[in-house]
Amino acid sequence: MDAGASRNGGGRVAAGHHAELRGVTRVYPAVAGYRPVHALGPVDLDLRRGEFFSVVGPSGCGKSTLLKVLAGLQPPSAGKCSFEGKPVHGQVPEGVGVVFQEDASFPWLTVWDNAAFGLRRAGVDSAEIERRVGDALAFMGLKDFQRAYPAQLSGGMRQRVCIARTLVLQPRLILLDEPFGALDAQTRLLMGDEVLRLWRRTGATILLITHALDEAAMLSDRVGVMSARPGRFLDLVETKWPKERDSTIVSEAGFGEVTARLWHHLRGESMKALGQSGAAAAGGRAEA
Amino acid sequence: MSRIGWIRLAVLLALVALLEILVRIGSIPYKTMLPPSEMLTALVRLLAAGTATRDIVQTLTCVGAALVSSVVAGFGLGVAIHRFPRVRRALEPFFATYYAVPFFIFYPVLIAIFDLSLLPIILMGFAFAVIAMCIATINGLDRVPRVLGKVARMHRMREFETAVRMKLPAAAPHLFTGLKLCVAYSFIGVIASEFILAPSGLGHAIAYAYNDFDNRTMYALMLFVMIVVVTLNMLLHGWEQRLLKRWHGR
Repeated sequence: MDAGASRNGGGRVAAGHHAELRGVTRVYPAVAGYRPVHALGPVDLDLRRGEFFSVVGPSGCGKSTLLKVLAGLQPPSAGKCSFEGKPVHGQVPEGVGVVFQEDASFPWLTVWDNAAFGLRRAGVDSAEIERRVGDALAFMGLKDFQRAYPAQLSGGMRQRVCIARTLVLQPRLILLDEPFGALDAQTRLLMGDEVLRLWRRTGATILLITHALDEAAMLSDRVGVMSARPGRFLDLVETKWPKERDSTIVSEAGFGEVTARLWHHLRGESMKALGQSGAAAAGGRAEA
Repeated sequence: MSRIGWIRLAVLLALVALLEILVRIGSIPYKTMLPPSEMLTALVRLLAAGTATRDIVQTLTCVGAALVSSVVAGFGLGVAIHRFPRVRRALEPFFATYYAVPFFIFYPVLIAIFDLSLLPIILMGFAFAVIAMCIATINGLDRVPRVLGKVARMHRMREFETAVRMKLPAAAPHLFTGLKLCVAYSFIGVIASEFILAPSGLGHAIAYAYNDFDNRTMYALMLFVMIVVVTLNMLLHGWEQRLLKRWHGR
């Protein structure tokens, strides 16, 4: 199957843009005894409204940096970033929700209070909080655990609490920074299904950072493949999956083609990231 | 009460009963120690007569003042030092050696400055407790997960709100340790100061009774101090356990 990929040097795709990166570069300044680190870019990216976009790349290639710049958590060293036409700088824009890889649930609050946190801060009236939180917890399968504390839940459930906390704010752009990184393979697949359901229901644009090729291939409309540091887009792969999809898509023939295409780029880049010792590493593996 | 709680209570009652028996049969001389039942009777009589009320009120007032001031100042100092890593690095050797200093050598100096008022006593309690709270605060803030800072930024929270709604609750278990230490150190600092040189207070009353060979009053007041300190610590311990149960699900 043709994954509909188009080789696109700068990684730039035009369409109804929801968020844009233009020539974005991020250089971490020098710290005691270390040289500055050029982590990202320059990259151009247009996120289409309502699409599911994933970014894959070798470790340390700047995937999370890309997300932080887009979220307004870090300023770009050069270039511009915008969300819904407004520049992003120094603050997470209204309408953007972020779910992090680490467990970010609040251990001192119940599941319900965790989910209601942002709404209470925003001064939303209690009836509306009741409705949105109840809805989000039911959607995430946490209704029976609403009075539990995060410590009483599994890792996957705690991550769902964090997603519910983001979901109740009704973000139009959801940024997921390796949210399933700490979960086992089966739970990841099931969480993938839940994220797809969430995406379809909310109509939000989703940007997922992941190191798992199968996860990116299964969930995404498009997958951006990044080079080793400093991260740039090497390829944008359009999967052309139907909107109504779930984890069973992994058994389709086209799925293998998409993941093979992603790996084709990533293999060499991952070797570079491992210290430009790709040949030696491959030789070692062959002997083993 | 949990099963472990019942076991704990049983062990305590057994030790008290053993002490009672040893004194009653003469294994511990009556001149040295009263049986616990007589200590309790003496305490009830003392409290009913009201002869120790002034000393009790004074000591508890001093402990309260030392406790509140050390918790507030220790917390503030901890937050401030945590914000400035260089200052922290400079101060760390002082923190490490702070409790090696025998504070009570400064008590006469404080009396020379502030006279025989309550202030030197409160200051001794404060000096004893404040650094424990400061260190607990720094440790607590060190352990606030960094991701919570990102979550705060996602919610567009300002620094003060982040401190109050994120860092403070996230550091709470460590702050609780500081609070417990402050209670213990405030009592030690205040009662020991009263014991040495003060003209009133529970410490002074115990020392006076001891010098006067008034074992009944001495043990009654010692029992009172023990009951107050143990009760306070048990309440804090119970509160801390409930907190930890939420945090760690145990």
